[in-house]
Amino acid sequence: MTAAALPAPKAAGVAGVAGTALAALAALAGVALLAHRPGIAGSAPLWFWALVVAAWAFTWWANQRMSLLALPAGAAERTRDVAVPLLFGLTCFVLWEVVCVGAGVPLVLMPPPSAILERLVTSVPTLAADFNQTFVRAVIPGWALGSAAGFAVAVVADRVPFLRRGLLPLGNFVSALPIIGIAPIMVMWFGFDWHSKVGVVVVMTFFPMLVNTVAGLGASGHLERDLMRSYAAGSWDMLVKLRLPAALPFIFNGLKINSTLALIGAIVAEFFGTPIVGMGFRISTEVGRLALDMVWAEIVVAAIAGTLFYGAIALVERAATFWHPSYRPARGR
Amino acid sequence: MLDGVATTDQRTDGQGGARARVIDINGLSLTFETRDGPVFALSDVNLVVEQGEFVSFIGPSGCGKTTLLRVVADLETGTAGRVLVNGVPPDQARRERQYGYVFQAPALYPWRTVERNVMLPLEIMGFSGEERRERARRNLALVNLAGFERKYPWQLSGGMQQRVSIARALSFDPHLLFMDEPFGALDEIVRDKLNEQLLQLWRHTRKTVLFVTHSIPEAVFLSTRIVVMSPRPGRIIDVIDCNLPAERTLELRETPEFLALAQRVRDGLRAGHSYDD
Repeated sequence: MTAAALPAPKAAGVAGVAGTALAALAALAGVALLAHRPGIAGSAPLWFWALVVAAWAFTWWANQRMSLLALPAGAAERTRDVAVPLLFGLTCFVLWEVVCVGAGVPLVLMPPPSAILERLVTSVPTLAADFNQTFVRAVIPGWALGSAAGFAVAVVADRVPFLRRGLLPLGNFVSALPIIGIAPIMVMWFGFDWHSKVGVVVVMTFFPMLVNTVAGLGASGHLERDLMRSYAAGSWDMLVKLRLPAALPFIFNGLKINSTLALIGAIVAEFFGTPIVGMGFRISTEVGRLALDMVWAEIVVAAIAGTLFYGAIALVERAATFWHPSYRPARGR
Repeated sequence: MLDGVATTDQRTDGQGGARARVIDINGLSLTFETRDGPVFALSDVNLVVEQGEFVSFIGPSGCGKTTLLRVVADLETGTAGRVLVNGVPPDQARRERQYGYVFQAPALYPWRTVERNVMLPLEIMGFSGEERRERARRNLALVNLAGFERKYPWQLSGGMQQRVSIARALSFDPHLLFMDEPFGALDEIVRDKLNEQLLQLWRHTRKTVLFVTHSIPEAVFLSTRIVVMSPRPGRIIDVIDCNLPAERTLELRETPEFLALAQRVRDGLRAGHSYDD
């Protein structure tokens, strides 16, 4: 095999990393294509499974080798940092593919990735309409409204002691309410369209934000507050110049938790009444029609959207709380 | 009890004339009510500090020296007695922004640059933008930190951070400087250096300084007067005049006069402890 002829790991550069990765990719592509050939698909012989195990072992070895390489910072290291997770993920998908195709697993139980991808490509207009209905109209506005309301109430509760004492236990209670109980009520209140989904998302995201912000507002240190007092600072200065900046890590934590809650809330809420569009609607109806490839296509869209949403918040967080010990660079003068 | 007035009146410091009473503490007591019963933090404290003095408070941990400073700064309230700062109660003095307070830790805000940390009190007190920048520059230069304006506090060493906090306390030019063990967390070499710088700073600005410490050499080296305190309840057990020359260098600490003063402080601390052992 070509990989055996590669130079010793320590001397490897971009070429070494790329060579190893390409060899592993070739092995994966080989078994994936082979699985679809007539005579193998649905009734794969023993030698095919032996080949699959060998390809798997080879990619394992390739990833192991790349991970252990001592590379100088630069192009080679960057290539490796991309290649290793990519190869790992591809291996998982190819194994899923060849097992489903080779063993002839019924589509209803588990469609192979290729079928999901095919469905994804051919159903772009439907998926885009569902994405627009659920993510753009329900998740984002609900997340923004719920988080903003939670934040605002936390700031007010901070000034009004009885609200702080009274709201937090109530918050714990409401956040323990099951969404499947709230969703039908919201549909009764706000109708079948996206408004009721926004309502569900607001209810789900309000209290995590409230609790996080209240905790954050109490997070500034004694000395920092005494300092403000020694300047005879008013409560507005105290809030804007000390307590809110100190609360930022907590606030972003709330926003990140809420981004996943909002997606779950909006999708599940559509199970309880919706116009004939939406990701949750599609999942519930396509399951009924045993079109599991479509269900998986929606799941892929939801996963990508949720990851990007979370990632975007994390990026803003990093920029806004660069001073926090978990982000700031090592001390350098 | 020892009254500060008696000692200050007899003092000759080469400047002559009666000076304004900046701090006037009369029969001050402070009791904290805790679950385990009352804790007597301060008991019948009497002290007068005049303009331009550098007064150190020394005593073992828990003797109430920090609490005393916090009462004068209106960060704590006494349960009995009377405190006047420039003739007004502490809360009014605080609202009039008469003092700058340097805490045990630098307490810099990590999201602000060094410059903007120094500008924090100026923003709150409503100085113009130009004035803020000018004062930040001037006070950072005063603590030898010119050129560090754009750094963040966490990019500086502990000693530099504490110097930033001193620049911040000086930035709005208060009459009074309260310092609560400002160098307690620093190593001895850095502490010596900062002691010298602080002394120069005090001579430059002629501010009245109240300085809490638990280091005898630091107290003798810096002060014009040393207040020795004992714990449980926090009381003043001795007030020692420190008539060392105004021009002080670290070598001074080897002289017999310095050692004699240090010995007297040590004796006072020991006397305060004797009934405890």
